[in-house]
Amino acid sequence: MKKIVLWLMSTLTVVVLLFGYHTSTSSSSASAESSAVTSVDGGTSTPDGTGTGSSSGSSSASGSSTVTGDPAATRWGPVQVELTVANGTITDVQVVEYPTENRKDQQINARALPVLVQETLDAQSADVDMVSGATVTSEGYLESLQSALDQAGLS
Amino acid sequence: MTATVRRVEQLMGMPVSLAVRGPAGLPAVDAAWAAVVAELREVDRVFSRYRADSVVSRLGRGELALADCPPEVAEVLALGARAEEESGGAFRVHRPGPDGILRLDADGVVKGWAVQRAARHLAALAGSGTCLSAGGDMVCTTADPAAPPWRIGIEDPHDPRRVLAVVPVTDGAVATSGTAHRGEHLVDARTGRPPSGVASVTVIADDLGRADVDATAAYAHGPDAAAWLSTRPGRTGLVVWADGSTTTVG
Repeated sequence: MKKIVLWLMSTLTVVVLLFGYHTSTSSSSASAESSAVTSVDGGTSTPDGTGTGSSSGSSSASGSSTVTGDPAATRWGPVQVELTVANGTITDVQVVEYPTENRKDQQINARALPVLVQETLDAQSADVDMVSGATVTSEGYLESLQSALDQAGLS
Repeated sequence: MTATVRRVEQLMGMPVSLAVRGPAGLPAVDAAWAAVVAELREVDRVFSRYRADSVVSRLGRGELALADCPPEVAEVLALGARAEEESGGAFRVHRPGPDGILRLDADGVVKGWAVQRAARHLAALAGSGTCLSAGGDMVCTTADPAAPPWRIGIEDPHDPRRVLAVVPVTDGAVATSGTAHRGEHLVDARTGRPPSGVASVTVIADDLGRADVDATAAYAHGPDAAAWLSTRPGRTGLVVWADGSTTTVG
């Protein structure tokens, strides 16, 4: 039988997607405040009012492009993911649309979605291939992420 | 290193994702993935508690006898009975509903069993490593002895933006039970109440069916989670306590 080793690490990374969910550490929220996603908070936005509403990509002169996945229907409402890709590498992942039907659901999603963003970015750097523990609230994220990945030609 | 190919589909009420790395071409990956998806859809048709027309729903209402069900139903119920016995009753597949009447709830057995079984279709991807995850419980294989192991992050139940630990898995299964995202749906069957003192239990084993049942049973033991898990042969695990401290088992 293959030996399985368990490593304990203090913390791998903190991801910048916060959705208005604030941590107690200022170091992580500093980068979050520069994120466009932090404008989506407090349950004031509507499910269709925050996204680009487009599943087409856009390119800039710097060679990076942005692709937006198709909105995925979940039991909590629509979820839509946007990727920024530079030279074939994912450089940023944003959730442009997420369920806001009630505060409890929003809180659940705010805490569940970023770990999968972390998984996406970490997979790029081969830090973590999969995360054990994430469950059903990630469904729309994954569906939308997959369509964005497909459009970006990365999968 | 070869790029990792990923596929995701919503199945059995949860995201199921596949990662493949190695020489397998995209048509082979998609064919194997299609077989996995088809099998898990069939499992849902048989075992879903959320479908009134599923086999287990009809069994629960007395419309079907066990002998009339597909053989998989008896197989899963036998796994559930064994898990009940080995967990000292902390894990049960028959639990009282709000009206006090016992209901069949084999979800705690079905997922691990089904994903482990469906993963056999990935053996067709000879030479490639695979990782098949259903809602965060996964089966990993590595075909090339020189390939690095899969790196599985264990989510911090108190802050899902963080990973508490990384488990390198060459060939094996990882399952985590806890209440991080789904509310307190897990109870200690002996008391009918959510267990106290424990936030999540991750178990690494050879087989996902065993890993999943043991993670759920250990979690149900509450403050005794690590002590119970240490009695299980061949298991490695991580218990995260309610106060944020951790215990490694195995």
